Amino acid sequence: MIRLRARRPVPPAAPVPGDVLAETRGLHVRLGAREVLKGVDLTVRAGEVLALVGPNGAGKSTLLGALAADVPPAQGLVLIHGRPAADWSAPDLALRRAVLPQSATLSFPFTVAEVVRMGRAPHAASPAADDRAVAAAMAATEVTAFAARPFSALSGGERARVALARVLAQQTPLLLLDEPTAALDLRHQELVLRLCRSRAHAGDAVVVVVHDLGIAAAYAHRVALLCAGRVAAEGTPAEVFSERALSDVYGQPVEVLPHPRTETPLIIPRRDL
Amino acid sequence: MTVLERPTTTTPPDSPPRRRHPTAWLLTAGLAAALLVLVPVAAGTGAYPVPVADVLASGLHRLGLGGGELDRVAESVLWNVRFPRIVLALLVGASLGCAGALMQGVFGNPLAEPGVIGVSSGAAVGAVAAIALGLNVLGTWTVPVLAFASGLLTVLLVYAMARSGGRTEVVTLILTGIAVNAFAGALIGLFLFVADTAAVNQITFWQLGSLSQATWPKVLAVLPCAVIGLAVAPLYARRLDLLALGERPARHLGVDVERLRITLVLVIALLTAAAVSVSGVIGFVGLVVPHLLRMAAGPGHRFLIPGSALLGALVLLAADLTARTVAAPAELPLGVLTALLGSPFFFWLLRRTRRRQGGWA
Repeated sequence: MIRLRARRPVPPAAPVPGDVLAETRGLHVRLGAREVLKGVDLTVRAGEVLALVGPNGAGKSTLLGALAADVPPAQGLVLIHGRPAADWSAPDLALRRAVLPQSATLSFPFTVAEVVRMGRAPHAASPAADDRAVAAAMAATEVTAFAARPFSALSGGERARVALARVLAQQTPLLLLDEPTAALDLRHQELVLRLCRSRAHAGDAVVVVVHDLGIAAAYAHRVALLCAGRVAAEGTPAEVFSERALSDVYGQPVEVLPHPRTETPLIIPRRDL
Repeated sequence: MTVLERPTTTTPPDSPPRRRHPTAWLLTAGLAAALLVLVPVAAGTGAYPVPVADVLASGLHRLGLGGGELDRVAESVLWNVRFPRIVLALLVGASLGCAGALMQGVFGNPLAEPGVIGVSSGAAVGAVAAIALGLNVLGTWTVPVLAFASGLLTVLLVYAMARSGGRTEVVTLILTGIAVNAFAGALIGLFLFVADTAAVNQITFWQLGSLSQATWPKVLAVLPCAVIGLAVAPLYARRLDLLALGERPARHLGVDVERLRITLVLVIALLTAAAVSVSGVIGFVGLVVPHLLRMAAGPGHRFLIPGSALLGALVLLAADLTARTVAAPAELPLGVLTALLGSPFFFWLLRRTRRRQGGWA
């Protein structure tokens, strides 16, 4: 195929753990007339899983969208790999961050293998490397068995895993996942978060929006608790998940107790039945 | 990255997933072969039959590859009547098929088609205006240029009206098409009202869709539009595949979605205008052709776009051959024939989708 693009974007060097891959400074975002984010400072570092938690409408997805360069800041700054998000071209960004949307849709009946292979689009064509990345991503998300099935014939949870496989196949140092566990069963929720951990261990940065606080507590290195467009608390799960903070932010009394064996915080809504 | 302890694989994980469709190659070869057979047959068939062998001989002769000249009548029938018509049928069919595939890709919607959503009638308004008002500023180019301008305007209008929040809902798209078709129909009616009798005849003919007035100058007038459109379209195949994921995911994968859309809307207007300006409104080719190919070889645009051009050319050539021979010496309007065959297909498509996913979103 003829390339009309003047310059092929160059993939970034592999990040060193601790490198800042994305950052927001005093970020305000407006959607229509509503100010959804009201001054958010957040740093995303290579080598860690950062969980964004908070009640519905707190601005988690919008913050993820801003980090993905989907939503322009009304005020403040979004830096991706040290450069303002708007200064990157779409092909350059595609080599630096991959995004899993909340719901995966597809207009035409492409097969699962074809969908996952779409994740390779940003990279210079190299069939061998593409095959390896696609096969690895499909194996990691346990979708290899339906490689030849059309995407539209899959269940919600299977589609979510295929979408994740596509994002993994993109092999970017920054992963932005919006509720990757929402449609998944118990086993696959754990699988996905283990995948996030292993990507972080390999030196990538993973930002993940989750609702299950127990999962965030178990798998995230850091947690940012969002409330009404602001970061209410940020730190390790043990620091952020206090009974008071969570009860306040969610408007629902919760209990936090250490797991009897692992000491990981368990978060349970207070149920006096 | 492989952290899996329990691979649930039916194929070994390092075996490459299926990349090429052998069906696509077979289909391409089959379509090309069918065209090679149908062209001489169509050239030989008609009120003045010419044996296929003679057609080939005459063709070889003109190419300077041997063969032999026929008598003057046969030569004239072939080269002044039949071949311009055949070339025009191929160009129009290829343009319509390709425009249909592109439009479905851009809208992310299998029901988008220049005829259904009103772009063909939009382009027809420009052409009819040129005929009715006797405009001749640009010579033989007047009709194609005006058709292109009004076609482009219509695509942009439909696009702006039918989209919201980054996606096109089928209902909105179809309703927009109804509105646009109605408005274009009214404008055409208005031009009919002001036109003189000769122009009225020409316009009526036009609305039914026909290739019977094919001449070499007409072929030359649409050739640039069609060729540019057909040459540019395949370059966007891969990006159209990604667009199937939605606008944002496509952007996340490095597609400059805004630029892609604007370019393709221009290409669609170019192709539609090319077709409409010489043949009038010929519906359903752009809808049926990509659908058939998607069913046979999958939705990948790398085959779908050139394949739709090939099959579109073949379908239109066959339809035109039928239109001019089935009721000989009279001639069926081509647009009437494609609509007769195309609308039941459209109907079936609606039923099938309804059964499968409970209707359109």
